[in-house]
Amino acid sequence: MDHLDKLESRSIHILREAYSEFNNICMLWSVGKDSTVMLWLARKAFFGHVPIPLVHIDTSYMIPEMIEHRDKLAKEWNLDMIYGQDEETLAAGDTFPNGKATHLECCGRLKTAALKNTLNGNWRRYRYNHNKDEYELDSNREPYTGVIVGARADEEGSRSKERYFSPRDRNNDWDIGDQPPEFWDQYKTDFAPGTHVRIHPLLDWTELDVWEYIQREKIPMVSLYFDQGEGKRYRSLGCAPCTEPVESTASTVDEVVEELKTGKFANIAERDGRAQDKEDGGGLEELRKDGYM
Amino acid sequence: MNNKTGEQDLNLVIAGHVDHGKSTIIGRMLADTDSLPDGKLEQVKETCRKNSKPFEYAFLLDALKDEQAQGITIDSARVFFQTDMRQYIILDAPGHIEFLKNMVTGAARAEAALLVIDASEGVKENSRRHGYMLSMLGIKQIAVVVNKMDLVDYDENTYNQIVEEYTDFLAEIGLEAERFIPVSGMLGDNVADRSENMPWFEGKTVLEQLDSFENAALPHNKPYRMPVQDVYKFTKGGDDRRIVAGTVAAGELNVGDEVVFYPSGKKSTVKTIEGFKEDKQHKVKVGKATGFTLDEQIYITRGELASRADEAEPKVSARIKANLFWLARQDLVKDKVYHLKLGTTKVKARLEKINRVIDASNLNQDEAKEKIERHDVAEVVFKLDRAMAFDLAGEIEETSRFVVVDDFEIAGGGIISEAMEDEQSWVREKVMRRNYNWEQSLISREDRAEKYNQKSTLILITGEEDVGKKPTAKALEKRLFNDGKVVYFLGIGNLLYGVDADIKNGNNDNNKEEHLRRLAEVSHLMLDAGAILVVTAVELSQSDLELIKTTVNPQQIEIVWLGDRVTTDLEFDLHIPEFTSEAEVSAQIKGLLQDRGIIFRPW
Repeated sequence: MDHLDKLESRSIHILREAYSEFNNICMLWSVGKDSTVMLWLARKAFFGHVPIPLVHIDTSYMIPEMIEHRDKLAKEWNLDMIYGQDEETLAAGDTFPNGKATHLECCGRLKTAALKNTLNGNWRRYRYNHNKDEYELDSNREPYTGVIVGARADEEGSRSKERYFSPRDRNNDWDIGDQPPEFWDQYKTDFAPGTHVRIHPLLDWTELDVWEYIQREKIPMVSLYFDQGEGKRYRSLGCAPCTEPVESTASTVDEVVEELKTGKFANIAERDGRAQDKEDGGGLEELRKDGYM
Repeated sequence: MNNKTGEQDLNLVIAGHVDHGKSTIIGRMLADTDSLPDGKLEQVKETCRKNSKPFEYAFLLDALKDEQAQGITIDSARVFFQTDMRQYIILDAPGHIEFLKNMVTGAARAEAALLVIDASEGVKENSRRHGYMLSMLGIKQIAVVVNKMDLVDYDENTYNQIVEEYTDFLAEIGLEAERFIPVSGMLGDNVADRSENMPWFEGKTVLEQLDSFENAALPHNKPYRMPVQDVYKFTKGGDDRRIVAGTVAAGELNVGDEVVFYPSGKKSTVKTIEGFKEDKQHKVKVGKATGFTLDEQIYITRGELASRADEAEPKVSARIKANLFWLARQDLVKDKVYHLKLGTTKVKARLEKINRVIDASNLNQDEAKEKIERHDVAEVVFKLDRAMAFDLAGEIEETSRFVVVDDFEIAGGGIISEAMEDEQSWVREKVMRRNYNWEQSLISREDRAEKYNQKSTLILITGEEDVGKKPTAKALEKRLFNDGKVVYFLGIGNLLYGVDADIKNGNNDNNKEEHLRRLAEVSHLMLDAGAILVVTAVELSQSDLELIKTTVNPQQIEIVWLGDRVTTDLEFDLHIPEFTSEAEVSAQIKGLLQDRGIIFRPW
C-alpha cells in the first residue's frame, strides 16, 4: 500500500465506524476540496452510495460557483442534501460585508451560530427534493449526535489537537486539555445525552495529499481552484468578500500538485488568504471551541 | 519541504520523564536538519537576548506553535522533520503523569520511540512508566537517549550506570533497547553531529539511529482476520449486493476462499471483492478497507470476526485473561458493568478477578489489591456478557487488543493473554460446529420474514408455578394464529419424551442444561423456518437464558415474566404481575410484539 492507499483506508474505516455507531449522523460539506474528498471517500466506503445526509452552511456570501457545484453533484451523486443559514442576521443585514460586524463577529453568526443551530435542529433546515429538483423545509428537527467534518491536522494549530472522534459537550464546548485517549483504532463512540461527537476522517491528510488524491481519483472540483486565464485561483474557499484568490497560473489538477510540491506555495500556509485567521492571535482556536469548523 | 510525502514516513514518539529534555531534543533535531522556517532560529535567539534569558532549543517548539497561526505544519502535537533519508512525524508524548492518556494516544501510533533520560537525574518513575506503556502498546523499536551529558561532565561512568539500570528494567518487562546514546540536546552532542566531548562513545548519533529504524510492517504473513464493520444492503438505491465491509487486520483474502465468521461459526464462500471506481480485485491484503459478497445469504452482523477456513481459527470465549492499563480517574472495580471493545465487537464485561496489580513506575507487585487505580497496570480476568472472537497477544496483536469503556469514555486498554473456559463453552462449541456445517437454504431470513409478515421470534413465558403460563401461551398462540401469523406453541413435555428421551430420567444439573440446550436447538430450527415460537418454563434464571442465547440469536428472543413475585435474576422484556383473563394477557404480549416490530401494527 502506498501513502495515499493508507490514508484512504484509514479514512474509510473511520467513516464506516461513524455510520455504524451513530444513529443521527451527518457530514458537513463546504464544497471545498477537503470535504469533497471526504464525500468521495464516503462513496468508496459505501460502494457508490452516500447513506449519510450532507449539511452545508450557506452564509449567502459564498462564491456563486460553489452553490452551483454543490447542487450539480447533489443531483449526479444522488445526495441527501441539506442546508441551513442564519436567517435572522441575514434579514437584519448585520454582517461584515455590510460594515455592521467585524470579521470574527460575522463568522460567529453566519458560520458558527448557523452551524450549531442547524445541527441541533433549533433553526430551519432545507432539504433537497430530488423529484421536484428544489429545496424544501425539512420536517426533521432531530439533533445530529455525530457530525463528520473534513478538518486536517496540518491546517492550523488548533486542528492538530483534535482526535479522530472529538467530543463536544452540551454547550458545544471542546475541552482541549482533557480529551479522551484514542488508540488501537478504537474511538469514542459512546456519549452522554445532550453531547455530540465530531468525527475527523481526514485528520492525517496534508494539503498535498488531498490534491494528489484528487489527481489520482479524478474527483470533480469546483472551477474556482484553477486559473481561468487571469493568473489567479483560489487555494482555499470561503465567503466571497473575505477570501482572496492567490496569484497562480495553475489551471489543472496536475499543475496545482506541481505547484504545491515545488513551486512558490511549497512553504506558504494554505489559509494565508483567509482574513479571519489574522484578526486575532488565538482566534481560530476560540472559534473552534465554540463550534467553528 | 514540509509537504513531502512518501511511503517511508516514520511515526516517532519521544517519551520520558518531565523535564528530562524531550522538547530540547526535538528543537535540536529540527534546527540541525534545517527543518525550521527561514530565520526562525535567529528570531528566537533574538527574542531571548532581548528578554535577557538564555536561549534554549525547547523555545523553538513554543515559537513554532505561534507559527501555526500562519499555518506552517509544525506544532506541539505533531512535528514534521526530515533527514536525507525520510520524513519523520513526531507524536506528542507529554512527560507529566497527568497526561498519560495523551502519551498513550500519541505513542500508540508510533512505529519507533526515543526514550529520554536526564543523565544528572537518572532513571525516574516516568522513565520506567513510559517504557512500560511502550511495551504494552506494542512498540518494539526503542532507543534510549541519555540527555544532558554536559551537566555530568560527559562522564562515561554516569552514563554506564544509567545504561545498566535501565537495561535491567527493560529486560524485566520483556524489552530490549536497540541502542543507548549519550547526548546533550542543549549543546548538540551526538544529536546530528558526533560529539568531540565523548570520544569514548562510538555508537550512532540520534539521527543515524532514527534512520536505522524500520517502518512497521503490517501483518502480511498471519492468518486472515477482518472485524466486520457492517453488512451493507443499499436496496433503496436499486443495488441488490449484500456487502460484508471491514478493514483487513491481518493476512489476505481471495475470491473463492471459504470464510468463517466467529463467534457464530457461520461459513460461506467469497463470491466477489467489491470496490467503488476501481478495477475488479481477486485478492485483498492487510490494511485495506474493503468489502466482499458471499455465495450464500448467511445472516451475520457487525462484530463478527471474519477468518479463512484453511487457516488457524481465532479464539472464542466469554472469559478472558488480560494485561491491562488503566487511565481513568475512576477506579476499575468488581461488580460494575463496563463495555469492552475489540475490533468491531462491543460486549458488556465485568471484572471477575485481579491476579496482580503492578506499579509501572517501579514494577512493585500487589496481589491483594481489590481495585485498579489510575495509571495502574494489572493482570485481570474479565467475564463477558456474551462470547467474542479474538486472538492471543503472541499470535496476532491487532485482534488481541481491546479497550474498556467506563461511563462513555475509553478508560483503559488491554491485551488478551488467554482464552478461559466459561459456563457456556460446551454449548458454544456445538453451536459453532452446527453453524459451520449448516446446509444453507435458497430462501433468506429476510425473504421468509417478508413472506410471513413477521420476524421469527422465540417468546419465553416464565414465572412461578401455577401462575397460568401454559394457558397464556396457548391463548397467545391462538390469537396470533387467528391473525394469520405463523406461530407454534411448543410444550416442554413434547420434547421430554421424544427429543430428550435418552436423558429424561436424569436429575443432575448437567441434564437440566442438556434439556435446555436441546430446547434451544429445536427453537433455533423453528425460528429458521420463520415461525413465532411460544415456549413456557418455570422460573428461568439468567444463566439459563445465557445458555439459550448461546444457541438462539439473542435479538430474536422476547421474555415475559408472569406473576407478581419475581424469584430469579432473569432480565425480562415484559412483566405482567397480575391479569384477569388469558385474553387480556395475550393482548399485552401481542402489544409487546408490535412495539418491537416483530409483527405489524396498524395505526
